[in-house]
Amino acid sequence: MSKFRKDDHKGLPPISTASLPDIVFMLLFFFMVVVQMRDVSLMVKVQVPEATEISKIEKKSLVSYIYIGEPQTQYRRTHGTAPRIQLNDKWAGVADISDFIIVEREARDEAERPQMITALKVDENTKMGIVADVKTELRKAAALHILYSSRKVAKVE
Amino acid sequence: MGSKKLPEVPAASLADIAFMLLIFFLVATQMNVDNGLERRLPQWVEEEQKIDQDVNERNVFVVLVNRNNDLLVENEWSSVAELRDKAKEFMANPNDDPNLPEKELKEVPIFGSTMVTKGVISLQNDRDTKYEMYIAVQNELVGAINDLRNELAMNKFGKPYDKCNEEEQDAIKEIYPSRISEAEPKKVAGGK
Repeated sequence: MSKFRKDDHKGLPPISTASLPDIVFMLLFFFMVVVQMRDVSLMVKVQVPEATEISKIEKKSLVSYIYIGEPQTQYRRTHGTAPRIQLNDKWAGVADISDFIIVEREARDEAERPQMITALKVDENTKMGIVADVKTELRKAAALHILYSSRKVAKVE
Repeated sequence: MGSKKLPEVPAASLADIAFMLLIFFLVATQMNVDNGLERRLPQWVEEEQKIDQDVNERNVFVVLVNRNNDLLVENEWSSVAELRDKAKEFMANPNDDPNLPEKELKEVPIFGSTMVTKGVISLQNDRDTKYEMYIAVQNELVGAINDLRNELAMNKFGKPYDKCNEEEQDAIKEIYPSRISEAEPKKVAGGK
């Protein structure tokens, strides 16, 4: 038992920093689990609109993204200022959507395919014309479950 | 232990290394905020074979948005703020108003036979409508149905709709179906 005897007659010892790495590693692992790698760099400017009736997607692996918006400043010269579609890291046209959906579908497990969701990240200043074209393509590709990405607010003005 | 004579590896820098990794991950990754309005698109039909389902006019709640983002609800100018209440009144039809949708007797689990509305919300927009406006309108329509479901869940089960179990949710869904039909946008007249 003498092993455990405290010798407190020496005054306050300095605070041990030995556990600091462990704490930081804990933080690190937390972030590694929670976050996702930034897999696409956005080439279009997307500011999603506000909404109140939001539903959250739990399984992120089921989501494929379609970005629509004005090209960012460095692409203006080559791609103009009209809203464009971005799929993964490439510019795309409306006709490319069905191929994109098929590729995305192939990448998933067979069991997961019916639950796939297509998230439309569309800039709020976009005209509906291009969105409607995309929706028609999605219907043709039978990707019917969609999500209009939006920011959660308490009330839309 | 043979390692008694070896000096201990200094662990002081371990924290710095871990911090560096941590900062790398903070920068290189993103918290994914995947939320938005969830909708289901209708099945694609070849060449739009005009399925005139002969819906009675009183059963259709017509919402039009033109290129100037003006809203026309049931042939009246309206605003997004008023839309939710109008849609709720339409779907619920509490006083059996003959101008609002008819109801039919239907066997619903848990609730028994209930009067279920036959109302359909029809949303049509112009190709030049702003997406922001479109989402605002969608949001109000989805919100109206969510509100009605919530009220019903509160009355019947004493808890909000998303706290109900699947069976209860299905029953409520049958009473207040989310029937928002969207026509292909066309060039609705309006503006210059």
